[in-house]
Amino acid sequence: MKIGKQTFKIESKPCIYATSSIVGPKEMQGPLSNYFDIHINDIFFGEKTFEKSETKMLESCINNLFAKTGITEHDVDVILSGDLLNQCISSGFAIRSFDTPFLGLYGACSTFCEGLLISSLLHETNCVNQVVNAASSHFCSAERQFRMPLEHGNQKSPTAQATVTASGAALVTKRSIADNGIHITHVTPGKIIDLGVTDMSNMGAAMAPAAFSTISNHLTDTGRDINYYDAIITGDLGIHGSDMLVELFKREGIDISTKHKDCGVLIYDEQNQDVNCGGSGCGCIASVFSGYFFNELKAKNLNKILLVATGALMSPLSSSQGESIPGIAHAIAIENEV
Amino acid sequence: MNTNLNVSNSEYDELISKKAQKSPIAKNIFFAFVIGGLICMLGQFILNQMLNLGVDQEKAATITSISLIFIGAFLTSINLYSRIGRVAGAGSTIPITGFSNSVVAPAIEFKSEGYILGLGANMFKVAGPVLVFGITSSAILGLIYYIFNFIF
Repeated sequence: MKIGKQTFKIESKPCIYATSSIVGPKEMQGPLSNYFDIHINDIFFGEKTFEKSETKMLESCINNLFAKTGITEHDVDVILSGDLLNQCISSGFAIRSFDTPFLGLYGACSTFCEGLLISSLLHETNCVNQVVNAASSHFCSAERQFRMPLEHGNQKSPTAQATVTASGAALVTKRSIADNGIHITHVTPGKIIDLGVTDMSNMGAAMAPAAFSTISNHLTDTGRDINYYDAIITGDLGIHGSDMLVELFKREGIDISTKHKDCGVLIYDEQNQDVNCGGSGCGCIASVFSGYFFNELKAKNLNKILLVATGALMSPLSSSQGESIPGIAHAIAIENEV
Repeated sequence: MNTNLNVSNSEYDELISKKAQKSPIAKNIFFAFVIGGLICMLGQFILNQMLNLGVDQEKAATITSISLIFIGAFLTSINLYSRIGRVAGAGSTIPITGFSNSVVAPAIEFKSEGYILGLGANMFKVAGPVLVFGITSSAILGLIYYIFNFIF
């Protein structure tokens, strides 16, 4: 049911029953290393190209989800997945090996929440029982598509972020099939917000206004205030983007600095890992939610979270044509209910 | 645009420049000077050695360039040049070793798409503009020089 301007109340309250995460070597050196299910030591993952490596990573992530829950590909009604590569090849090729219907998504780094949002709406129609929702990104495959060749000796801007090598997947089930109390209660699809930022090395600042818009509209629509949530988790604003988000809320007289967490900031140790402003990419929020936050929800350390994945909807082409960076953010309210 | 944002593009731009961390210019210039200088010293060292061995000036200069190009390419292939570049910036981009790096780096990267459409087509992706504008400007300069000599 639609409430307010852009939020949907999910009455069926589908359950995020299980998650699976897989990360690369650099992410394993970060502070969240203990929370991820699988890690790969070799950035090629035994494959010949980075694209194949990412494909295998995503496939392993979904297989791990099946292994954890004991379900098979035939039990799943549809897999929703996306990544950063042109034509979403990582997802298409990874899911090629499953005998399951597939919906490919592109929402840049907001893909994981876009998937959760569509999964929730599918559940709301009562057509599906179990949906897998996945997203992935790979530092090397993204770097070669969006930036300079890996071995090129250049300096990064202090506001730049590093694409996370990771995949995350979540199994969203109908409550009557499987229930652990972790439910999706509201979803807010975001509007595209563009405040004219053109710097490809400053995506955090380009996406922060979109996160602000979605979060504030979500709160208005649901009639909740910021204190309702234990944490408001953004995808990959990074250190600078997070600052900008806090600043935008401050201008409205709201302090979100105590509630706000950003997956791009959490996944790396910025002091020692040479990542400038933190991590980015579809795999960032996918793996950090699937690894860390889902664990916190299960342990009841967090009970009400607003998961807000942010995406920058530009391409190297649009940027070299001088276009600014359109930002988007989708919010998912996830609550522990007994 | 329909949004609840009470901030204009220019205000936001100002906010970014206020909040964003600036590039450490003094540090960057210092390392560019030191590492760029070291690369040039290495070139001078090779040149002097060649001259000492009795090689004539023109050949010695060619050997120096070739040696530096090889060193740049070699350091790129063992994943060292990109690390030097992170610190040195322009100091390692401007010398001929940087040019070598900008050709070898895409060559390594695009090998996965095959030798012709991958490596061959993309090898000059970074260095291409340098070649185009370098050769064009030197041709124009040569023409000016020729006309200047012709008149005076």
